[in-house]
Amino acid sequence: MKRPVAIILRCAGTNCDLETANAFAMAGAKPELTHINAIKSGAVKILDADIFVIPGGFSYGDDVAAGRILANELKLMLRDLKTFIRSGRPVLGICNGFQVLVKTGLLPQTKTEAQHASFAANDSNRFEARWTRLRINTHSNCLFTKNLPEMIELPVAHAEGKFVVRTPKVLEDLKRTNSIVLRYVNEAGEPAGYPHNPNGSVYNIAAVSNPEGNVLGIMPHPERFIMRYHHPNWTRQTFHKEGIGLEMFRNAVTHVQN
Amino acid sequence: MPTETLTPPSLTIKNAAAKELVEMSRLHGWSLSADEMAAIQAHFKKAGREPTRAEVETIAQTWSEHCKHKTFTSAVRFSDGKKQIRFKNLLKETVFAATEKLKKPWCLSVFRDNAGVVAFDDEWAAAFKVETHNHPCAIEPYGGAATGVGGVIRDVLGVGLGAKPIFGTDVFCLCPPDYAGPLPDDVNHPRRTFSGVVEGVRDYGNRMGIPTVGGAIWFDPEFRFNPLVFCGTVGLMPRWAVEKSVSPGDLIVAMGGATGRDGLHGATFSSAALDDSSSPAAVQIGHAIAEKRVLDVLLQARDARLYRGVTDCGAGGFSSAVGELAADCGARVALENAKLKASDLEPWEIWLSESQERMVLAVPPKSLKALEALAAAEDVELCVLGQFTATGRLQVTFKGAPVVDLDMGFLHDGLPKKERTAVWQARPQNGSRKASGPSDAAKLRRALGDLIGHWNVCSREWVIRQYDHEVQGGSIIKALQGTHADGPGDAAVVWPHAATGRTDDYRALAVGHGLNPNYGRIDPYAMAMNAADEALRNLVCVGADITRAAFLDNFCWGNPEDPKVLGALVRAALGCRDAALAFHVPFISGKDSLYNEYLDSKGERHNIPGTLLISAIAPVHDFRRAVTMDFKAPNDPLYLLGWTSDELGGSLYAEWCGRPLDGRVPEVEAGSALEHMRALSAAIARSLVASCHDLSEGGLAVAAAEMAFSGSFGACLDLDEVNRSKEVDSDEVVLFSESPSRFLIEVPEDKERDFLKAMKGQPLKRIGSTLANPVLRVVSMDGTTLFEEGLDALKSRWRDRMPEAMTGARPSDGGKL
Repeated sequence: MKRPVAIILRCAGTNCDLETANAFAMAGAKPELTHINAIKSGAVKILDADIFVIPGGFSYGDDVAAGRILANELKLMLRDLKTFIRSGRPVLGICNGFQVLVKTGLLPQTKTEAQHASFAANDSNRFEARWTRLRINTHSNCLFTKNLPEMIELPVAHAEGKFVVRTPKVLEDLKRTNSIVLRYVNEAGEPAGYPHNPNGSVYNIAAVSNPEGNVLGIMPHPERFIMRYHHPNWTRQTFHKEGIGLEMFRNAVTHVQN
Repeated sequence: MPTETLTPPSLTIKNAAAKELVEMSRLHGWSLSADEMAAIQAHFKKAGREPTRAEVETIAQTWSEHCKHKTFTSAVRFSDGKKQIRFKNLLKETVFAATEKLKKPWCLSVFRDNAGVVAFDDEWAAAFKVETHNHPCAIEPYGGAATGVGGVIRDVLGVGLGAKPIFGTDVFCLCPPDYAGPLPDDVNHPRRTFSGVVEGVRDYGNRMGIPTVGGAIWFDPEFRFNPLVFCGTVGLMPRWAVEKSVSPGDLIVAMGGATGRDGLHGATFSSAALDDSSSPAAVQIGHAIAEKRVLDVLLQARDARLYRGVTDCGAGGFSSAVGELAADCGARVALENAKLKASDLEPWEIWLSESQERMVLAVPPKSLKALEALAAAEDVELCVLGQFTATGRLQVTFKGAPVVDLDMGFLHDGLPKKERTAVWQARPQNGSRKASGPSDAAKLRRALGDLIGHWNVCSREWVIRQYDHEVQGGSIIKALQGTHADGPGDAAVVWPHAATGRTDDYRALAVGHGLNPNYGRIDPYAMAMNAADEALRNLVCVGADITRAAFLDNFCWGNPEDPKVLGALVRAALGCRDAALAFHVPFISGKDSLYNEYLDSKGERHNIPGTLLISAIAPVHDFRRAVTMDFKAPNDPLYLLGWTSDELGGSLYAEWCGRPLDGRVPEVEAGSALEHMRALSAAIARSLVASCHDLSEGGLAVAAAEMAFSGSFGACLDLDEVNRSKEVDSDEVVLFSESPSRFLIEVPEDKERDFLKAMKGQPLKRIGSTLANPVLRVVSMDGTTLFEEGLDALKSRWRDRMPEAMTGARPSDGGKL
């Protein structure tokens, strides 16, 4: 079967591109590290790809606000991106990529191009690198989390990860459309405070999709859990046969192949 | 630091008196001695002309302690009261001599490039460098630490043809943040220094996407004027890229940030004492994203083989970068070609500026176009500064007017040799630390509680979680371990092939550190031996192959013009040499930072305690068999490997008793230690060990407590079972002695027989078991229960110390057992 092409977008300050490429390669895709200048110049066309990924990092140093500058650049190619999304192809924004998707107005998805949510500094006011427990919304259409166990673990690493919404209605709409894909929870699977919720996100939101489920913005890093040896406790448990994050990339590849 | 607005094109030194020369050096901030100024004078007398300011500036940077390590490479007459040793070159005859003698074929580049390089596998090599950024961090902690990280990353980018940085380490020596003593007005409060350096490392390392995976922090009020900040980077490079080969005719290309007035005189500033006039203007301003862009382009250009040589612009800026690359040929530079941040820079300022994020490349003319296209595609600026020549001269012009015309031979070898005097006087042995009769159980229990929360033991989680320690996807054994991922790991294990995409190759690298300035107060030789031992112990604990280990040294000392200070340095260098030879582990690179002293307003000099950091790197042949330090199961046998002696000198327990320097300092028996260390790491590589932790500060008691609360299982220890020398006659010594080369090992019950077989002949003794019950139970040498302490209580003291001091809050329920 043809290996689907996954564009992994790069710009100044992208820094999770190689491990994201590893994850897609292991999942059966053909990752293409692509600098945004190559898209701007027309050398690479988004619509030629099967999967579009904005990996983690500090795009342009997160100057102004996390993801803001790259989001403005992406707005110049919004028409292609929207066509890509409407065609049902997977779009994934991880960490800084999630921040970018939110600041382009692509997530939460609405009829307008306005931005309805944002990210604030973590409640701790510090960069936080820690593993989090996450509960998957089993009613969500998200193609990336299909058939995953309801409770998973993934690491976060960010300073501006507190998901906030413009109005209470934005949150209501997200809930109503089952667009909240992952929430931070404690050992019992219940939403809980710091450090379980590492940043103070409203409603413990860790990942959001569009209602159709092909665009995912996720604050934790699935590409950092593609082997069981990535888990901080791999030396004392036999539970994980492989990294649960890898399943999310496989789901994207399978989705394109079918 | 004096700053002048007047920049005369040339100086008048030809006929100046010696006193005037010294005054001139002081005024310009050159840190050149009378002898050195005289050598410069003689050189220009012979040339029949006055030097330009840029020429003397170039010489001052090149000859600075920071760049030239002139103390370490000088002749030294050392005396310790009994014997005299005359060194022609201290470094060559100690640290470096050991490396030469060991002749390891897998050492690919040692002591001659920006980092040491060892083979990793047939195709790849690992480069390792640890730098200090002490002086800048004293006056501007955030900027100093950030540019420290940026600088050591560029060292690794600038070794050979460039290595990809795959992880970082950081080690700090600081005053405790809750220090309440007096401080002069111009000294930052230790709390500010601590949070500043953590934030600096964090913001630069995280933005670069280089995981900070390990390190150490040592707290001692003696570092209140001069904090020490060691930043390390490990890089991965193809083996074909280990060597540079600059040829005359190659273009001198500067890539990256523009040149501004920031960081003038960094090298000379770092080579002098601090006083109340030291200005933050000598500290550079870092910009991580600019460096990340350079990194991205440089590695693509390397793989396309577009250049033949590269080095970073660090101390001394273009002057040292071009001077180093052109040392064997010559160079012609036209400064007007440099990209500038401000248009009013004087030529000598362009030449000397230490603006960050710049690399200098040697590019064959035919490759320039391709390089320009690559850089343009990622918004990286570059400019052609000039050309390498075969003239043996460093020739710099600005719009046609000469700025520098120096003979390379004089620049690199003209530094006058000076014999220095070093004396060492051993401290009188004070063995009168006698235990107060029978063991006082309550006292020992109290000591354990206090030591587990001691600044030099307590949890570093507050720091570690601010560093992105998992970016790049290669962190396999992380710094925080155990049931709640908060226990103190020994060595970090990183999987380099996360960077190459060879995802079915499980070879990895481990790094460890050894540092204990307390031992150095008694004997710097013992400090060096113990640091080497500790760095290797860390590697052994994760199952690394120490027959392939390599060391890095970082000496941070006070003013070497004081023969006693230099004598201590020589003792430490001898210790390094002997440790390397005895452990068969070569040093591959190193760095020294001297003049870590503070001159207070009364004219009194405060030197730091001489401090040696030894970092070690070694391969882990299959990381799937690596182990962590947390207890894994109840009722597993616990073994202690190694020999316990009455060695409380410099220990935390001695400090707790109020007599920190009393007693014997731990003595390393490297020969036998090496044997049992090798056996243990082989046993770990065969999956015969469930958990392993080395005994360091706080001895057996602290190590057992840490393993227990990290794994949420208790332990029972019988002190009478401990292998010990005859003079050990009290529980306190067995519990708290810091004898080196010891490990506490949990063996899975079903593997005990195989483990014992593998460890046959080693000083191994079963001393207890793990327990389901979360307590640490200690049985006295006389057979009675000495104490039983709950793990929750121990853990909260260990865990809460730092966050309480830094944020005023305890961490919430995350780390509870």
